[in-house]
Amino acid sequence: MPLSEAIGQLRRTPLHDVHVELGARMVPFAGYEMPVQYRSIIEEHRTVRSTVGLFDLSHMGEVAIGGAEALAFVRYAVVSDPGALEPGQAQYSMLCTDGGGIIDDLILYRTDEGYLIVCNASNRDAVVEHLGRLLSRGDFDAAIDDRSDRTALVAPQGPRAAELVAGLTGLDLEQLGNYRSVPGRVAGIDCLVARTGYTGEDGFELFCDARRAERLWRALYDAGQPLGLQACGLGSRDTLRLEAGMPLYGNELDRDTNPFEANLGRVVKLEKGEFVGRRALQQVQQEGPQRKLIGLVMRDNAIPRHGYAVRADGEDVGAVTSGTLSPTLGDKIAMAYVTADRAAVGATFEVVVRERPCSAEQVKLPFYRRPRPTPAA
Amino acid sequence: MYPDDLRYSKDHEWVRVEGSRATIGITNFAADELGDIVFVELPEPGTKVAQFASFGVVESVKAVSDLYAPVSGEVVEINAALREKPELVNADPFGEGWMLKVELSSPDEVEQLMDAAAYQAQTAG
Repeated sequence: MPLSEAIGQLRRTPLHDVHVELGARMVPFAGYEMPVQYRSIIEEHRTVRSTVGLFDLSHMGEVAIGGAEALAFVRYAVVSDPGALEPGQAQYSMLCTDGGGIIDDLILYRTDEGYLIVCNASNRDAVVEHLGRLLSRGDFDAAIDDRSDRTALVAPQGPRAAELVAGLTGLDLEQLGNYRSVPGRVAGIDCLVARTGYTGEDGFELFCDARRAERLWRALYDAGQPLGLQACGLGSRDTLRLEAGMPLYGNELDRDTNPFEANLGRVVKLEKGEFVGRRALQQVQQEGPQRKLIGLVMRDNAIPRHGYAVRADGEDVGAVTSGTLSPTLGDKIAMAYVTADRAAVGATFEVVVRERPCSAEQVKLPFYRRPRPTPAA
Repeated sequence: MYPDDLRYSKDHEWVRVEGSRATIGITNFAADELGDIVFVELPEPGTKVAQFASFGVVESVKAVSDLYAPVSGEVVEINAALREKPELVNADPFGEGWMLKVELSSPDEVEQLMDAAAYQAQTAG
């Protein structure tokens, strides 16, 4: 733990002063002082769904992995199979414990120089420590480099994000499909331009040198004004990802949860050979998970929230992990874990809201899917 | 900044006394701090509320907060419009965003509440 954190001081991203200037409400998040909203979470949410919103995600962790055996090491550390990743491709993945519990979920990019893990800010130290411990056994000729503090991440997200970025770069974005990345200049600043995000919309994540972050942000912010761009905070990021059925570490995922319970079994590649957590995960796959992550839409007029009990036929069968009023759908929605034998689309549950059982129906995830998907490549 | 004809609680509820009845809501300061209000849960008419005890819940996108009655009494009317339009609390907290009307059981309790100047001083700090 850095000294600043030990004495309770929050870290700031390189864009801190810009957020304050824009009137953001700053809150502590993962050891950082972060904007939760600028004017209105619902307005910011709608801006991302309808045009383009701009997020500062510089708190997130960026850990580069290099060396002659970088691929073999990454392949051993994560649950997915990066073996087929070409430079410029990326995949969603996880690090698990030997017991199959999720240490973090992440995006793994293959770059021209090696691999880049982008992890949750709250787990950055755990990820670095875990990878360091695996490397210390001396089985792989690889090295990790935690670049989080010198890397900024600015993310324009929304249906008009491509139009915005295209106006500031010479890159041909039509050639940049979903989950692809390419090094290039945006507004004259060297970036890794990735077509990834956490909103359910098309969008980009632009990684750059922290010292250039403000220039990049201002260029995007100014160029986005004619498109109706707004700065967006963590509040809308949370409602956007929830509508899109994406899990949040700490809510849906933790070390007591395995990928199969979280509907992420497709990410786990048991056949790829030895990797951390393989034996435990193989067992879960064979026996089937005990509980499952499901989507709920409330039929009664109440908002489900993290931690609320879920019942079926009067019996406790699980708990809500995330819930909100969906700004796009107008429904009160939640993700919840329930015992696996109860999970079925169309099944009825009760969410206990302030001691009152409120009716909810299981629906297919995600709650929201964007009308026009980004082309694959 | 805050209407002079109202009294205010430390918990950011306001009360407007007219004869034996009082109208209750939350202040613009509280509504702004909460952000977009998406749900308001109020007691049924006929319910008795006690000063400084919880009478309902207000939910923003991110948080659930208890509402505390600034005065004691029996609920005679609730603002039914908030069921469909909870955002009225943000838009007009001292007007269309009112929450309850109560028949006061201890009118003297109002004296324990702050006037606009005192509330202003509290929120400025």
